[in-house]
Amino acid sequence: MANAAAHTGHHDAHDSHMPSFFARWFLSTNHKDIGTLYLLFAFCAGIIGAFLSFGIRMEMEEPGLQYFSNPGTYNVFVTGHGLIMVFFMVMPALIGGFGNWFVPLMIGAPDMAFPRMNNISFWLTVAGFCSLVCSLFVEGAPGANGAGTGWTVYPPLSTVGHPGPSVDFAIFALHLSGAGSILGAINFITTILNMRAPGMTLHKMPLFAWAELVTAFLLLLSLPVLAGAITMLLTDRNFGTTFFDPAGGGDPVLYQHLFWFFGHPEVYIMILPAFGIVSHIISTFSRKPVFGYLAMAYAMVAIGVVGFVVWAHHMYTVGLSLQTQSYFVFATMVIAVPTGVKIFSWIATMWGGSIRFTAAMHWAVGFIFLFTVGGVTGVVLANSAVDKYLHDTYYVVAHFHYVLSLGAVFIIFAGIYYWFPKMTGHVIPEWAGKLHFWLAFIGANVLFFPMHFLGLAGMPRRYADYPEAFAGWHKVSTWGGHIFALGMVVFFIGVVIAFRSKVRAADNPWGEGATTLEWTLSSPPPFHQFETLPRIVDEPGH
Amino acid sequence: MRTTQPKNRSSWGLAALGAFLVSSSSALAAGLGQPEPWQMDRQIPVTENARDIHHFEQGMHWLSFGISLFVLGLILYCVFRFSEKANPTPSKTTHNTMIEVAWTIIPVLILVAVSIPSFRLLRTQLSDPKADVIVKVIGHAWYWSYEYPAVENGGGFAFDANIDEDKMPKLLGTDNDMVVPVNKIVKIQVTAADVLHSWAMPSFGFKIDAIPGRLNQFWFKADREGTYHGQCSELCGARHAYMPITVKVVSDEAYAQWLVEGKTKFASLDGNSKIAAAR
Repeated sequence: MANAAAHTGHHDAHDSHMPSFFARWFLSTNHKDIGTLYLLFAFCAGIIGAFLSFGIRMEMEEPGLQYFSNPGTYNVFVTGHGLIMVFFMVMPALIGGFGNWFVPLMIGAPDMAFPRMNNISFWLTVAGFCSLVCSLFVEGAPGANGAGTGWTVYPPLSTVGHPGPSVDFAIFALHLSGAGSILGAINFITTILNMRAPGMTLHKMPLFAWAELVTAFLLLLSLPVLAGAITMLLTDRNFGTTFFDPAGGGDPVLYQHLFWFFGHPEVYIMILPAFGIVSHIISTFSRKPVFGYLAMAYAMVAIGVVGFVVWAHHMYTVGLSLQTQSYFVFATMVIAVPTGVKIFSWIATMWGGSIRFTAAMHWAVGFIFLFTVGGVTGVVLANSAVDKYLHDTYYVVAHFHYVLSLGAVFIIFAGIYYWFPKMTGHVIPEWAGKLHFWLAFIGANVLFFPMHFLGLAGMPRRYADYPEAFAGWHKVSTWGGHIFALGMVVFFIGVVIAFRSKVRAADNPWGEGATTLEWTLSSPPPFHQFETLPRIVDEPGH
Repeated sequence: MRTTQPKNRSSWGLAALGAFLVSSSSALAAGLGQPEPWQMDRQIPVTENARDIHHFEQGMHWLSFGISLFVLGLILYCVFRFSEKANPTPSKTTHNTMIEVAWTIIPVLILVAVSIPSFRLLRTQLSDPKADVIVKVIGHAWYWSYEYPAVENGGGFAFDANIDEDKMPKLLGTDNDMVVPVNKIVKIQVTAADVLHSWAMPSFGFKIDAIPGRLNQFWFKADREGTYHGQCSELCGARHAYMPITVKVVSDEAYAQWLVEGKTKFASLDGNSKIAAAR
């Protein structure tokens, strides 16, 4: 990888151009401010999503209906939790938040290519979130508020099953945030392909920028398919078309194909930016360059490409032919190979290093192990023959929470602990980050590991009520949820301490291992950076 | 034929092993055809398919366990061996072609080894043997209905299976049960009348979606008499958790008798209603 020629610049003189509060935060065109807005938004949405999951976990603590007199409302919570965490927490944090903040800094660009489009991307996401929240309070299924369709919004449950306008609000939410994400993806692609600093070829570009580039292409290619699918759903609901209604020659399975053609790339959209962040954290704190840089970059490209041709492994039980199922088993297993390359390359980066165990490093190392666990259960589920047993059980719930909740979410926190000093100039005390990590690590494992047992025992997902036999592990799982929540309290305390304390972050608090361009700037960086572009020179011996 | 239970249980826990050994000592034991408290493993398989899944998945779980432990071991080694204190000067190695090729090729070989039994099992599952009994299953919000076409002496009737909350195990019992003969190939043809549902039977090792406008098919040959419970496995609305599936596997004689009794007990089935329901 490349290093920056000494360059700290004389930007501070221009800081006086700071716009007024309203102009700065509501008409923002500054990539760092928009990144901050995205992070704050993801944080607020995450609180609401977490509140919904808390409702789920409380209900599941014991068999019978404790808190939801109408089990349909439980389905609304499940749906809201899924949609919010996917579209309004993980994506805004990893792509809108860290992506906006650090892609321009890492590639040595003064800002994103289309600053004003960047602003509308953000506000479209906010508008989408408002529409989704509205959907919770209008009628969906007869006699109940909210869309209880699951985040997949499968027809006919989302058409004839939900005559009220709630599902329309949810669809509109996805349209708005999807449009925002497509505009954001165009912005990232243009920025990364055209605005890298002189000397920074694609093969010298930091892995986080690579990750965001691949992610942006996935968004650009998959979201229009989702938009098409949910538009067809909308016309089926309101204008009498029958795309998904067999009574008019349609087919509900068509929707599933379209949805998962988007939905599977979507899971890589959520995890690839995390892959990029992990690489930087591991490299920084091992004081070693990333092992196998090119293989790491092209492994992400491979995951992105293959991610587009595996969608029907979410549909093994819909009655696909033998040939179709065999193909999707094969293609899905192929993804394990580049993912394995990444896991082993991270370990090889640590190998021979001189590792400093900061809070961020705790999260990154924890991620490697937990993502491996989520990955191997993914290989189990890839086998259609076994999936006949495990499909739509808690085993699947455990699997995707291991790769997303213990994967993507862990890296959101890793990113916060890694870049907080750079973004704010304040320092979260290390003890808070480490205590938060251990509570989250233990809590999340106690929360999600028993779900493997529940799934194997046959517990179907999206159930508000369950037979007595499943009660034990559900109770354990709920305890894990409480431990995880306690970790969040520690996080808040850490952030409050950081802002109240007088300690200021150094420009590069992490030492010689932190080689990317953002560490050459002040903490926080000037309002406009790189007015003189940095020149990238080859590291000796590279 | 009484089946032998699988010899090796997976490693998930001694608790499951203990519970399993106790429960499997009798055909009528609690736990056959239903989950048990603190269960950590699959339900007891009673078809060849379920047993194959059982063995295959057990192997997969050992493999998963091994890979996870291997990665954990490497991480822990790095954590202790290459900490700041233990190794103050970092190496600058960033490439090693041999090892990079190895960690690409070895996973490929493992996956090939996994895929061979996986494909074989999938082929068996989706084979289409000659059926001894055909039952049509229709998912409704929120109950299942079953249609038995007329055969030589009996059949030709349809009935609904609603949840019976008074039956034990709670939430798993139905007022009318689907009945099939033991050791016979039973083909179920599954569709839905309103929204998606999924007909799932863990003891038989499969589930198959009920989709309006489609007729999905799966087959099983249960080789152990007993009562088996499953639950709807595709989100279908408010009472998704309250449309259980109960299958009674009985002897040929009992089945023949049930077919005759059913003719008087249940609504008879004529050709038209079959088509109407299949829509």
